[in-house]
Amino acid sequence: MRFMDEYRDAAAAKALAEALAKTATRPWTIMEVCGGQTHAIVRFGLDKLLPRGLTLVHGPGCPVCVTPIELVDKAVEIAGRPGVIFCSFGDMLRVPGSRGDLQRARADGGDVRAVYSPLDAVHLARAHPEREVVFFAVGFETTAPANAMAVRQARDLGLKNFSILVSHVLVPPAIEAILSSATNRVQGFLAAGHVCAVMGWEEYEPLARKHRVPIVVTGFEPTDFLQGVLLCVRQLEEGRAEVENAYARAVRREDNRPARAMVCEIFEVSPRTWRGIGEIARSGLALREEYAAFDAEKRFGAVRMTASDSAECLSGLVLQGVKRPADCPAFGTRCTPEHPLGATMVSGEGACAAYYRYRERETEGA
Amino acid sequence: MSVRGEVAFESACPMPDLNPPRVLMAHGGGGRMAQRLLDEIFLPAFDNPLLAARLDGAVGELGGARIAFTTDSYVVRPIFFPGGDIGSLAVNGTVNDLAMCGARPAWMSAGFLIEEGFPIADLRRVADSMRRAADAAGVRLVTGDTKVVDAGKGDGLYLATSGVGEVVARAPLGPAEAREGDAILLSGDVGRHGMAIMSAREGFAFETDLQSDCAPLAAPALDLLASGVAVRCLRDLTRGGLATVLVEISEGARREFAIEETAVPVIAPVRAACEMLGLDPWYVANEGRFVAFVPEAEAARALEILRRHEVSRDACRIGAVGAAAAKGRVVARGAIGVRRILDRLSGEQLPRIC
Repeated sequence: MRFMDEYRDAAAAKALAEALAKTATRPWTIMEVCGGQTHAIVRFGLDKLLPRGLTLVHGPGCPVCVTPIELVDKAVEIAGRPGVIFCSFGDMLRVPGSRGDLQRARADGGDVRAVYSPLDAVHLARAHPEREVVFFAVGFETTAPANAMAVRQARDLGLKNFSILVSHVLVPPAIEAILSSATNRVQGFLAAGHVCAVMGWEEYEPLARKHRVPIVVTGFEPTDFLQGVLLCVRQLEEGRAEVENAYARAVRREDNRPARAMVCEIFEVSPRTWRGIGEIARSGLALREEYAAFDAEKRFGAVRMTASDSAECLSGLVLQGVKRPADCPAFGTRCTPEHPLGATMVSGEGACAAYYRYRERETEGA
Repeated sequence: MSVRGEVAFESACPMPDLNPPRVLMAHGGGGRMAQRLLDEIFLPAFDNPLLAARLDGAVGELGGARIAFTTDSYVVRPIFFPGGDIGSLAVNGTVNDLAMCGARPAWMSAGFLIEEGFPIADLRRVADSMRRAADAAGVRLVTGDTKVVDAGKGDGLYLATSGVGEVVARAPLGPAEAREGDAILLSGDVGRHGMAIMSAREGFAFETDLQSDCAPLAAPALDLLASGVAVRCLRDLTRGGLATVLVEISEGARREFAIEETAVPVIAPVRAACEMLGLDPWYVANEGRFVAFVPEAEAARALEILRRHEVSRDACRIGAVGAAAAKGRVVARGAIGVRRILDRLSGEQLPRIC
């Protein structure tokens, strides 16, 4: 299939792996901040092609993993109300809140539906004027334009029964938070290609300068990913700290104007709490005042953030790259994909879930 | 490195549902949660040797004849989908389970659970489709039952079917018969049924002309058995897809299987739809595909036999049975040469966000 097979070519991947092996003379630690890339690493076994000493750390790039538990609880609460159709992307259904997940809410009689697009939720609202349709607007800059479009369409259609529960986060402030942490050990970043396809990469330039860290815009197919790692390692070896683009077929320095304009019309930058990290200033999106009528929190009550704590789950440290999944005492024993203790074990994009398989590969293959 | 104290932020993680008190959709996905229902509720409740064999159907002797007996129920939305409907699905599913037990399908039953208000014309259409599927597979629908449930308490129409057939396989079939060096054959491309169903559901974001692979498999399976090829195991791929079936067989065989990822055919529309939705075609449902385990030396002849039948004309060799492994293991060698372990899904395959 075009635009796929050529980026999964074994010979090209091997050549990139060899170039990497030649380039890396010292151990380096690189973080990707994208669940899709974490998934690709595991799916294609890309970590196995990297030189020894090169460590990949999976940052807070999985939207499911960083959504605060209080928002999941709010979603479950709204989904349980009579007359509500609660719509969500599929993988949010399994994320445990403090009183069960959305799957459980469905089993308890809630009308919970997995949709493929927020526009499907708008269609539902139009088709069921007697019901309240709520969409769980989760994600990074990638899902924001479509979610913004859904709100715009709902307004244009004059829908009074559509609202969104917003949990939108932004990548650059998370990178900033990780780099500013006292325990940071990340030396280079792979910026998520599809986030940059919407936003461009200008925002990353001050980060690279300020923290003297290379940031490489990277794609998702095996050769895309290896190319991104190679450019990043090359910068580290040469002592450079720039923003480079290894995903030129999808990303330019400038943003995607219409997409960004749509996001800016509907949303404004706001503080956000990240699961496992805490509140980060200006790290998310909230509905603008003009669109407050579509805010599920206004309709069903505001989410109250509580400082809950767990002694066992290390997912916060995993998300920050301080800990690797296998460092957690619960990993693979009390915490598995069937019974996740933390979000990073829930989503297929989560680092712990990804490493759960990797662990089996290591132990049984030994 | 110390864990606590040095860290700026601490995580907050909830205790999960360790034992959900109600059945979730995930229990029906053919993955680990479904397995758990089997292991913890049904197998202990009905414990007996025929059930313990855990095949697609029960195989045993009754009045001097060796027979296979199988049952299944069908809930599919929409009821009519590209390439089939709930009726042809039910007949073919039952026929295929019997064929995978090495049996010639003979009789089947059908229970109809109908929701009040279901159109009679649709019911007639389903019955016609069942008759055509039964004729094509050489099976007769000899008994049945009808129940009507209140409007709103069913999804239009559910079917429950059982089937009986005479076992024609001369040697026992099943995962335990797989031996080191056996070839693993696949009867055609995977993922069509699941993606055809998805694309037919309302609200789906894109259109395709994808058809379900729903078809009877008795002819190629019985032909293979009659040919004298020493077939070790036959298994049709259903809701958990190719990957789940391979994992199940490897666990039963207690052996490692090596699969060549590039050898498994997936047609372009299925690949494209799966890529878009973040689904893995190896875990997507099929209704007209099976795997066959045969000795390597007879693999070429087996493929030639399978390819004579339209339904399995793209049959191919996808891997081999390896050494003993206590818990079984399936290793796929990927497009770029890296190996990965295939695992069961936990519950349903859920589309990813981005």
